[in-house]
Amino acid sequence: MNTVLIAILVVGSIGFIVGVFLSLASEKFHVQVDENEEKIRAVLPGNNCGACGYPGCDGLACAIAKKEAPINQCPVGGNEVAKKIGEILHLEVEENTHLVAYVKCKGTCDKIQRQYQYDGIHDCLSAAVVPGSGDKKCRFGCMGYGSCVKACAFDAIHVIDGVAQVDKEKCKSCQKCMDACPQHLIEMVPYESLCHVRCNSHDKGPVVNKNCKAGCLGCMMCQKVCPTGAITVENFLAHIDYSKCIHCGKCKEKCPRKIIE
Amino acid sequence: MKTLILTLISVSLVNNVVLSQFLGLCPFLGVSKQTKTALSMGGAVIFVITIASAVTNLLYRLLVLFHVEYLETVAFILIIAALVQLVELFLKKYSKPLYSSLGVYLPLITTNCAVLGVALTNVQNNYDFITSVVAGFGTALGFTISITILAGIRERIADNDIPHVMQGSPIVLITAGLMAIAFIGFSGLI
Repeated sequence: MNTVLIAILVVGSIGFIVGVFLSLASEKFHVQVDENEEKIRAVLPGNNCGACGYPGCDGLACAIAKKEAPINQCPVGGNEVAKKIGEILHLEVEENTHLVAYVKCKGTCDKIQRQYQYDGIHDCLSAAVVPGSGDKKCRFGCMGYGSCVKACAFDAIHVIDGVAQVDKEKCKSCQKCMDACPQHLIEMVPYESLCHVRCNSHDKGPVVNKNCKAGCLGCMMCQKVCPTGAITVENFLAHIDYSKCIHCGKCKEKCPRKIIE
Repeated sequence: MKTLILTLISVSLVNNVVLSQFLGLCPFLGVSKQTKTALSMGGAVIFVITIASAVTNLLYRLLVLFHVEYLETVAFILIIAALVQLVELFLKKYSKPLYSSLGVYLPLITTNCAVLGVALTNVQNNYDFITSVVAGFGTALGFTISITILAGIRERIADNDIPHVMQGSPIVLITAGLMAIAFIGFSGLI
């Protein structure tokens, strides 16, 4: 009986002392957290993707509360989250255009020529350092080894038929895929825009023709037909200025390669 | 001094806590996806185990005083949990950058059985205060070394085409097993 009592007493008193000590310590080491910071943290998406440039959502909440970051800094939450944060801090929000990622390549397995069989590590970064940058003959195009797929935290990008494609409904514009792509193929385009040039090749027309059935030849047809001058062809590749594009679709019709879509 | 150095090498390499004693496997497999986080986890473990082995050494003397040595496991768990809490509170107040870099790994250490393992081994071996602290530090160092190596290997594994059945935990466990075999090489060192 005595041993039981001693055991209970010893462990109990250790527990009690530790408890009292911890509660005292938590009083003494109490850190004042900004009330707004907690509220802002609650409205942020909580993916901790780091697209805002701060270490996780906690970091951004802290920066916004201290007015070091603008309230629309979170690209994932977009306008919706910015509005909520604006309400917390009693600030007005400027509307941002909703951007989504777009992969500028249409060189699917049936359209592109291969120069050799790549048997290395299944990753774009590794394939990019192989001579000729990957097994596809076009040195600008999507290699299809899915580095961007791995980078995407939102399951918005998938390799379909050898080319990465973005599901624009799921894209949260965190730009992680842009950083992951060794070919710099991925561009941020406005969500509403309907015309995109789906090629990244700066090769001359005949070379493109030999390598890929879906490459931009630089024929300037789209530039001539565009009523607002939104399309310019530079270095044998068409480029659309989305601030001028009126989605008329004339370039889509004229393009001999059907790569504006 | 010589014994201390020998203890340090013995607990960190020869009797590596993860690879030959199989303690602390949970964080070893759980937080070894990236070298950076593995290193932070290792840092946190070094920090906590070193302090824990000092405190438990003193606590054991108290238990001996009351002739209740059989309560060591319970008492040690209690103290270690409280200690981790205290360290967390302290870091949050005085070293915010360290606190945020350790993040969730700090409270996770409460459930790391390597901490309790070190405390109990120290008691079994009748180590004095200084030797306990050195043994604790060495064990945690061994943990950090092995988790960092595993993280490095896993980063390479992630880039490879692994058969579907082997993806995830199986390949990691096999890797850990191979590492354990490699660490047997240290067994003749002392």
